[in-house]
Amino acid sequence: MNFYLIRIVRKMIAIISHWLLPGYGCGIIRRLSFPNGGAMVAKQKQVKAKGLTHEGRNYSVETLHKMHDMMLYIRRFEEKAGQMYGLKKIGGFCHLCNGQEAICVGMEEAAEPTDYMMTSYRDHGHILARGSDPTAVMAELLGRAGGIVGGKGGSMHMFDIEKNFAGGNGIVGEQVPIGIGFGFASKYRDDKRVSITIMGDGGINQGAVYESFNMAALWKLPVVFVIENNQYAMGTSISRASAETHLFKRGISFKVPGMQVDGMDVLEVERKMSEALEHARSGEGPIIVEMMTYRYRGHSMSDPATYRTRGEVDEWRSGRDPIARLQKQMVDAGLMTEEAFKQKDKEIKKEVASVAKAAEAQPEPDPSALWDDIITDEIPGAYPYPRQVG
Amino acid sequence: MAKITYREALNQAMCNEMERDDRVFLMGEEVAEYNGAYKVSQGMLDRFGPRRVIDTPITELGFAGLGVGASMAGLRPIIEFMTWNFAILAMDQIVNAAAKMKYMTGGQYSCPMVFRGAGGAAARVSSQHSQALENWYANIPGLKVVMPSNPADAKGLLAASIRDNDTVIFIENEINYGDVAEVPEGEYIVPLGKADVKRAGSDVTLVAHSRMTGYALAAAEELARQGIDAEVIDPRTIRPLDEATILTSVAKTNRAVVIEEGWRFAGIGAEISARIMEKGFDDLDAPVARVTGKDVPMPYAANLETLALPSVAEIVEAARAVCNRN
Repeated sequence: MNFYLIRIVRKMIAIISHWLLPGYGCGIIRRLSFPNGGAMVAKQKQVKAKGLTHEGRNYSVETLHKMHDMMLYIRRFEEKAGQMYGLKKIGGFCHLCNGQEAICVGMEEAAEPTDYMMTSYRDHGHILARGSDPTAVMAELLGRAGGIVGGKGGSMHMFDIEKNFAGGNGIVGEQVPIGIGFGFASKYRDDKRVSITIMGDGGINQGAVYESFNMAALWKLPVVFVIENNQYAMGTSISRASAETHLFKRGISFKVPGMQVDGMDVLEVERKMSEALEHARSGEGPIIVEMMTYRYRGHSMSDPATYRTRGEVDEWRSGRDPIARLQKQMVDAGLMTEEAFKQKDKEIKKEVASVAKAAEAQPEPDPSALWDDIITDEIPGAYPYPRQVG
Repeated sequence: MAKITYREALNQAMCNEMERDDRVFLMGEEVAEYNGAYKVSQGMLDRFGPRRVIDTPITELGFAGLGVGASMAGLRPIIEFMTWNFAILAMDQIVNAAAKMKYMTGGQYSCPMVFRGAGGAAARVSSQHSQALENWYANIPGLKVVMPSNPADAKGLLAASIRDNDTVIFIENEINYGDVAEVPEGEYIVPLGKADVKRAGSDVTLVAHSRMTGYALAAAEELARQGIDAEVIDPRTIRPLDEATILTSVAKTNRAVVIEEGWRFAGIGAEISARIMEKGFDDLDAPVARVTGKDVPMPYAANLETLALPSVAEIVEAARAVCNRN
């Protein structure tokens, strides 16, 4: 019931603020002063506008800053991870999400903290957006004792049960049946939690996904299937891998509705994701949200991404970057100055550097951790014996 | 004690556990309205309703994964595979998700659930529907593998498996479903990881699980007529294995034959005989013998099928050989 109450209150606030601020978001630029913005004041119509309106939805200054700062944090965090990988401090596979930050942040803004979320191995951004401890995430990348899963998982297996974040799953598409399992549990207990099940344009071609679409629709499970379409499944472009490249249509055979979203626009992600969550939470069953996006880096750290032209990367990077876009919107609305954003960036870089330093200072896991957490109910005297070789 | 079938015993265990714990539900192909492909879930839909007894589409990977997710979210799924042959489609969820979840999440999430269904050779259904694959699962840290050989064990082990906080691979035997024996009424638990001496003897130890336990007992009767007193041990839980019971027996008999329906190479018998060698070498008066399924896919023709499977005669012969009676 809490979810409903929170939703209703949120909606009322949105409606009232929209009502009180007519014309807001319709091209009229308002410049207001905020403690962290330092922008000039230009009170028009004597209305103290607060934030931005996008397609009828109002975003407060606090929310805008929160979303911006988190996107930028993820960007700088991933750059740091890339750097540390280059220094061989991070091992194995490491998949960065530079360029896809608006999806992580917009979805999280739309979701309730109690909603479940699970994704593939490109998971740093999502777990950070959920609010997990960045030092623990970085420590996991570095294989440290204080890693979010104790150094057992690394880049691909970030989990945080406190934040209802269920991975961090390494087999492409594997998290999708698991995601409907969380949705099933939600329906079983009638607790109105939605399972946000994320996959990529590669994962969408796994059979498990369609088995999941079918069951989720058949039983009206509260699941939002999010497809992060970054155009490439490792090195294979979507047109080389998919007969139907409009991935939001992939649920048609299962009567799962779908929508396509500009995944480079955090406000649009938030808006569409809110609709999708409402749909799933209200008992109408699953829905597909295809987020159009682009990853700036290769598939993983070992991928120079020679299968793409520089022009293509630049087109997305400089033309559609989600962070630059929100910054421009906020500057144009007088909510922040470019100078203040530069200052903010410096602060975030510093914070990420200190997180990396703190993570690196941690010890590696104790050797005894090798044997921890394999099974719950150990059976003494039965072979293989707990905690010993033979 | 009432005499009931192996399938009824399994049904009792599930019903008792579902009465006891609302988190437990049964999901699989034909488990609800059809009352189970092998009638193991007879009457459960009527008793517990469609919220807790759920028919699935034919989609093994999907509903196995659904079970994994539901268990991570705090439910206690019983996921029925109509047979374990079809679970091959679900191996990713069993091996890559359920078995590793606790470890990979640093203990945050785990998958307390039971995957169950009919395994082993059936009758006259050829290669794809007749095979014993317990060694696949027994190889994997994070899983428990349980295989009852009679109705009482079926009930007690399934109840224990449902209560267990780990992922349990519970392999029943299609040929045994109709077996009738005395089964304790009401709540009955057989602890996991404990072998059972099904017949006491002093001359040779026969280790056999699932359907082969019955074969070993039949062989023991024949051996008794030939003057050889065989002890029959059913491990009941394959992983983790109660090797102490086996080693204690071998220390007494000094001879062992390990019997399994599955293939010989890297099979359960290979593991058990290796453990006897590692831990009980000084007790052995003869090399451990193995009686296994032949190294062929299961054929359809009745005579070939019989040849492919272990037989009572082969067990008798192997036991006589380790006792130097051939």
